[in-house]
Amino acid sequence: MDWTGSSPEERQQMLGAIGVDSVEALLAAIPRRVEELPGIPAGLDEASLLRHVAALAERNHPPAPGKCFIGAGAYEHAAPAVVEALISRGEFSTTYTPYQPEVSQGTLIAGFEFQTLITRLTGLDVANSSMYDGASAAAEAALLAIRYTGRSAVVVSGVIHPEWLCVLRTYLSGVGAQIRVVAPENGRTPLGQIQACLDEDVACLLIQQPNFLGQLEDLRAAAEAAHAVGSLFAAASNPLALGILASPGECGADIAVGDVQPLGIPLSFGGPYAGYMAVREPLVRQMPGRLVGMARDAQGRRGFTLTLQTREQHIRRERATSNICTNQALVALAATIYLCSLGKHGLREVARQNVVRAHRAAQRLQGIPGVRLAFDGPYFNEFVLRLPRKAGEVCNHVRERSGIWPGLDLGRFWPEMSDCLMVCVTETKTRGDVEALRAALEDALK
Amino acid sequence: MTDIPLIFEISQPGRRGWSPPALDVEDAPLEEMLPAEHVRADPAELPEVTELDVVRHFTRISALNMCIDTTFYPLGSCTMKYNPRVTEKCARLPAFDLHPYAPLECSQGTLELLHGLQQMLSELCGMHAFTLHPAAGAQGEFAGILVARAWHEARGERRTKVVIPDSAHGTNPASARLGGYQVVTVRSDERGRTNPSALREVMDGDVALFMLTNPNTLGLFEDGILEIAEIVHEAGALLYLDGANLNALAGIVRPGDLGFDIVHVNTHKTLSTPHGGGGPGAGPVGVAEHLADFLPGWVVEKDAENGFRLRRPERSVGQLRSFFGSTGVLIRAYAYLRALGARGLRENSLTAILNANYLRIRLRETFAPHVDEPCMHECVLSAKNQKKRGARALDIAKRLLDYGFHPPTVYFPLIVDEALMIEPTETESKTTLDAFVDALMAIDREIDECPDVVRGAPHCTPVGRLDEVSAARRPVLTMPADRAAE
Repeated sequence: MDWTGSSPEERQQMLGAIGVDSVEALLAAIPRRVEELPGIPAGLDEASLLRHVAALAERNHPPAPGKCFIGAGAYEHAAPAVVEALISRGEFSTTYTPYQPEVSQGTLIAGFEFQTLITRLTGLDVANSSMYDGASAAAEAALLAIRYTGRSAVVVSGVIHPEWLCVLRTYLSGVGAQIRVVAPENGRTPLGQIQACLDEDVACLLIQQPNFLGQLEDLRAAAEAAHAVGSLFAAASNPLALGILASPGECGADIAVGDVQPLGIPLSFGGPYAGYMAVREPLVRQMPGRLVGMARDAQGRRGFTLTLQTREQHIRRERATSNICTNQALVALAATIYLCSLGKHGLREVARQNVVRAHRAAQRLQGIPGVRLAFDGPYFNEFVLRLPRKAGEVCNHVRERSGIWPGLDLGRFWPEMSDCLMVCVTETKTRGDVEALRAALEDALK
Repeated sequence: MTDIPLIFEISQPGRRGWSPPALDVEDAPLEEMLPAEHVRADPAELPEVTELDVVRHFTRISALNMCIDTTFYPLGSCTMKYNPRVTEKCARLPAFDLHPYAPLECSQGTLELLHGLQQMLSELCGMHAFTLHPAAGAQGEFAGILVARAWHEARGERRTKVVIPDSAHGTNPASARLGGYQVVTVRSDERGRTNPSALREVMDGDVALFMLTNPNTLGLFEDGILEIAEIVHEAGALLYLDGANLNALAGIVRPGDLGFDIVHVNTHKTLSTPHGGGGPGAGPVGVAEHLADFLPGWVVEKDAENGFRLRRPERSVGQLRSFFGSTGVLIRAYAYLRALGARGLRENSLTAILNANYLRIRLRETFAPHVDEPCMHECVLSAKNQKKRGARALDIAKRLLDYGFHPPTVYFPLIVDEALMIEPTETESKTTLDAFVDALMAIDREIDECPDVVRGAPHCTPVGRLDEVSAARRPVLTMPADRAAE
């Protein structure tokens, strides 16, 4: 297949207009051309392509509905059908970055609405129109704080997502910032340890809420501790949890970041997802990425346009606040549609259901002999079970017998937690699903 | 005329757009589970709308966008070509919707596909290995810079500078800075190319990397490339290809064969994954053999039992985002490559070059080309003659909107006065290109006949030219919570 636009005769006419016999005649400047690429298989017609890709897809074995209890930064949630239907419109999916605002009001309005929704969820003043994902948003938050404060160290909770910590290290390696990691206690970030790490060199303190182990942190105390040494406080929150949890803004955060994947975005083997970032007003000119602003045209009509672009790479070049060009506009649009569909009460209800279902599930699973909750703090929709056996073995056993993916083996990240299973229960898990998990775990632990 | 309402402005208390699943476990008051200090004071002020409100609102605003599905979109350096629907269908197969921590044995199909994509990209670019991890081209650039730095450091060198031509995309210097490097600019010569002797002057033992776009942002092939590669390598530095313009080369020439050590590919440009209004994209990065151990993220490899698994390169520079990468986008790229095959890719590139040169020839009498010689997939013209007659590149761009065309990129590359950077791509027909030429010619006449019409354009769009200066001076970035927008 190819999708070239002109007929052979039209191509001849164009060659004639240019005054060459063939396109190859225009390639004189190129040395070392190739004629063949043996490593790329011959092209396929549409039917054969679909068959081939479907055959690959069949080699995957996704769990049946209600059988995946893995969370750990990527969550299975129910999404309104309108989300996929609307983002599939070519008018959204086949347009570019809105460099010509007069003919990009759809993308720009959606971006402005996304920004507004994020400020309302986070309780902060300004949000940008998306980041690549939560992890890179957290790293950019640290860079923002370093620029704003002129300080060079960052204090990070040891129970943020371990992959986020990796991303933070990568991003900060370029500017040579120091990263201090606060050792957790009982699944949370202890205030005393936070205070011990904070001093006048610290640009920001970063804490995740709920943290990677599902536990809720005391953000207010953390914010106070950070501010006491003149450092900024950044909270990384699951945006769906913000349907019910105290917002970063009301807890004293200066920067809020997170990944919008829980807001109706498919799991998709890890991406594409989108990150969000919101800040207090004074930080806005240090923000990375795109911002959509309101403007007026000559007739006084309201319109929207990219604004404060002097921060951006295409204007400021090596002095830009970030190198971001393409971000995640379509994914942010999906999250926008999700939030609008659920609305003020719907989001709260879904978040509440996550709490209720997760707590009921934890009660049921704790009843299995030898199984107990690893931590005793409050949690949202994810909790850690300590098992009498290696969690990895239990996961394999359960999956082979019942097709259930019971959760994440924490030994994947911390060898000392290889008897810990992290279970995620969202609104997609029924009572029956949890009973099946309980039976399967009991069987595996017999 | 009234403003287009925002979703917040059509909200009515009590409306609902979706019902969550019925709660089938015993309910309990929240305070039994969450201590009060963790619960938010008030629910977030999200809109309250019905499903039909949502569908109408987003359908209505979508119609305010120009897009490839409706309009010719010759936005230079952005490669806006048609997005075949079959790749969408492939990416949406339900079995690809896996959790990123899915057990290996349950994700073999995805891993095999990703492995195939790595192999095809390596062949297409003449590279030893690819990582599919980066989220976009600019993140790929950052990855490439970190790889270069790690390689130099592994050899005991701490180099401090990255050299970039003055015609480069803004992401290049921004990424170099993010990687901790000082940026050194090398000027293009009067032929719009990097002159090897000018490059030689700035190359010293402190330079880690030379970042080049080829064909460059003037749409010209850097014909000194073999000598450039030699100069860069002699100085102990690495040569980086910004792959934004790879659509001109695919199937014709391989960057690796020209001496490039590192390449990134913008899947949403060359490999026709939809741009989505500005993402999501993906920015796979390919490297020569000596750099393969430093790649970020994971590589997919075939193991002894003929299964596929993920491996972190031994001396990896780390991770740039969570999880494997933008898998949904990568599936589309894979499907696109398999649909075309090497021959189709070559045919596409040749057609993109044909179309760009056709536009160059038809327009060059009216809009002065910056360099008047054969171009690759895009041509950079200038409105400097029109500027003398009272209309700038921006005016012409805005007037094109009235004629139903998306304008070219304007004022980039920065080295061209009143730049119009036109990239037609291979998927457009001669009919469309001719209509576009006619529109530009008509606008050129209008500059003399009715200059105010051009300078006041656009007239037929949902909003007119926006006052961006005031908007930036007093930015309104969110809708106030308690009232209509203004």
